[in-house]
Amino acid sequence: MSNIIDARGYSCPQPVIMTLNGIRKIKNGDIVIMVDTDTAKENVSRAARAQNWEITDIQPENEGYKITIRKEG
Amino acid sequence: MKNVLATRWGMIIVGMVIGILASLLQFWGNPANMGICVACFVRDITGALGLHRAPVVQYLRPEITGFVLGSFAAAYLFKEFRPRLGSAPIVRFFLGVFAMIGALLFLGCPWRALLRLAGGDWNAILGLLGLAAGIWIGTLFLKGGYNLGATHKTYTSAGWIFPITMAGFLVLMFLNPKIAGEPQSGVLFYSLEGPGSMHASLAVSLLVGLIIGFLAQKSRFCTMGALRDLILFKQAHLFTGIISLTVAAFVVNLVTNQFNPGLMGQPVAHTMHLWNFAGMALAGLAFTLAGGCPGRQLFLSGEGDGDAAIFVVGMIAGAAFAHNFGLASSADGATPAGMIAFVVGMAACLLIGFTMQEKF
Repeated sequence: MSNIIDARGYSCPQPVIMTLNGIRKIKNGDIVIMVDTDTAKENVSRAARAQNWEITDIQPENEGYKITIRKEG
Repeated sequence: MKNVLATRWGMIIVGMVIGILASLLQFWGNPANMGICVACFVRDITGALGLHRAPVVQYLRPEITGFVLGSFAAAYLFKEFRPRLGSAPIVRFFLGVFAMIGALLFLGCPWRALLRLAGGDWNAILGLLGLAAGIWIGTLFLKGGYNLGATHKTYTSAGWIFPITMAGFLVLMFLNPKIAGEPQSGVLFYSLEGPGSMHASLAVSLLVGLIIGFLAQKSRFCTMGALRDLILFKQAHLFTGIISLTVAAFVVNLVTNQFNPGLMGQPVAHTMHLWNFAGMALAGLAFTLAGGCPGRQLFLSGEGDGDAAIFVVGMIAGAAFAHNFGLASSADGATPAGMIAFVVGMAACLLIGFTMQEKF
């Protein structure tokens, strides 16, 4: 089951904090993060990689992005 | 397309370019250790418009217009223009007011604190420590769930308001140009002495502003974020930018003979260490609660962020209060009124931090 974090409308560092909270909660698996600025996309990706999560997919969606990150259990 | 300027090397290069250009602006006429100071320059603009009447700090700094329009151009070129607003504007307005009051207690924004350090003004060390302390307090609030709520998408024209206002300032300057020896030209005020009278040529200032605005929008350069991300996430990405800015400015200062190490007699600075620390602590907390240093707020305004624009308008109001009420420091040091304003500002920011938290 995938977890969805909707960080649209929030400016940094909120999307990063929300992503890190999500990572802490589920430890491994898939998380989908929705953001609406390129800055948030870059920051969320950078933060996820720093936690050794893999960016598996980035899709443009409604003038924003849907980022999927994964860590194998 | 990969954003090259948002990589580690991109950030280092952007910091270097800003440091070099800032030091050169001083060489070309801007005040010492003030090649770029977003707080001081917004304060000078406030004076040029006559919203405060401190005769030594009145000049419609074209760098600030350049910052916003450069960012605006980059945002459009790379399809990142996102008109948005509606995240607690009144709160952001007052954060801008108190950020400015704190910065003028120290006599500089974080950009100038770095440039003062690069010029050998050791008083800046206290300011930078205060900045870090203020940001650290801010990160405690962020960890506790502090946030000002989501923005909303708005009309394209709403995102244009601030860039157009900045362009309007430039038009005002063309219509009311500086006249040698005259304190006023049409509706604009021009300093005859003091830092407001010292500036590079309009074309050079504007061009440098546009270049930095363009690069900073794309790289997300932010002096507050640099320390915040280091404290909050142990992440040094933005921090490399401010280190490279400082080193580059230092090297150019050496080459152009602008490096004068010491504590006493530094240009547009005072030696009240406690108030250098306190002023920047207040500013740092306000920047953190608002999500960006004054430079970053200008770049965000350029890419359509109406909430960042409100913060800048707050800085203009703060500058007017700071000089009309005698809150701003001078070379003689902080004023008693400034010290009271610090207490009021700190109380307001702490109240905002404590009461505006939600759990995700």
